Amino acid sequence: MDFKKQLKEGLLTQNPVLVQLLGLCSSMAITTSLFNGLGMGIAVTVILTCSNVVISLLRKVIPAKIRIAAYIVIIAGFVTMIDLLLQAFLPPLSEALGVFIPLIVVNCIILGRAEAFASKNGVLASAIDGVTQGIGYTAALVAICVVRELLGNGTFGSGVISAEGARILPEPFPAMIMILPVGGFLTLGALIAFTQWLTKRIREKEENEA
Amino acid sequence: MNLTSLLSISLGAVLVNNFILVQFLGICPFMGVSKKMDTSIGMGVAVIFVMGLASAATWAINEYLLIPLQLEYMQTVAFILVIASLVQLVEMFLQKMIPALYQALGIYLPLITTNCAVLGVALLNVQNDYSFIESVVHGVMGGVGFLVAICLFASVRERVEDCECPKSFEGFPIALISAGLLALAFMGFSGLKVF
Repeated sequence: MDFKKQLKEGLLTQNPVLVQLLGLCSSMAITTSLFNGLGMGIAVTVILTCSNVVISLLRKVIPAKIRIAAYIVIIAGFVTMIDLLLQAFLPPLSEALGVFIPLIVVNCIILGRAEAFASKNGVLASAIDGVTQGIGYTAALVAICVVRELLGNGTFGSGVISAEGARILPEPFPAMIMILPVGGFLTLGALIAFTQWLTKRIREKEENEA
Repeated sequence: MNLTSLLSISLGAVLVNNFILVQFLGICPFMGVSKKMDTSIGMGVAVIFVMGLASAATWAINEYLLIPLQLEYMQTVAFILVIASLVQLVEMFLQKMIPALYQALGIYLPLITTNCAVLGVALLNVQNDYSFIESVVHGVMGGVGFLVAICLFASVRERVEDCECPKSFEGFPIALISAGLLALAFMGFSGLKVF
């Protein structure tokens, strides 16, 4: 399989959050610090890859009529594993993400990839698809996190670089609003607009060259 | 449990902790079906219905099955299965018994299975240790909050569609920004406390 092509699709042209507009709840709810965004991104990538592999393995066994229910059970199994692992080994992350970890079950990205890709392709291709789409999701989350944390809190990388993160904007400057739900909507809206602009530019450039 | 706590749960679910605009649960259907007012109302009513039922069903499952068997860690799996089969059941029941309502809600029902507000409300009920009545009230009122938010948003969006805006912002991004402004308005309710 063409790893590079799939990576490009995952990161930009078919980015799950910014282009396919899947999994918006989590991408706005928990993206208040780099730590949360990275944690959530990695958790989803792992679950997506595992569920893609298993669903691809079972794609000939699962009857078409009850496939969605079967997919959901498989996904829920992996989500429960990750949930328990995080509770045991990374309690701060588990606390910060709260109810959004079990809610990965209904994250449309995972079910969407199961239905659109893993149920039709081989194991290796599905695994690569899981990893690349997961990376795309993580990248989108991290981008939202960086903007919101910088504007809302004035810091960068809190929880990852150090507990407080590196302070970039001086104390009274940051606008609290970007950390609040409003900031999530505004940042994601602007980011999707930017992606649309970028993909259009790339397409035009390719057309000119052709 | 008394009337005051029920009232504060209701008020919280509809306004202060609105599922969509404050807690970010159920954004997908919120963005997906809010292009027109009538579809939004249909979706909102279906969500109220399912969230109420799901709260009741998951409470019973948790209390009488998972806790006695010490299977609390299976919550996510059990709840999503209950919700999925519940939605299927409701759909079949409506199709058979109340065709008119089925016609109105039909297409929205399957979509609700993957509405994270439904699973979210079930998990939050357990987290908050709600009693049976409190869970059901929380579920129904959460649905009402969804209806309020989606109706407000649909009417905003119908107007936004006609306006000119920068090319890159057309469609989804501008809808998100308007949802953001709506969330800003709902922030005014935070700190609202009765009693």
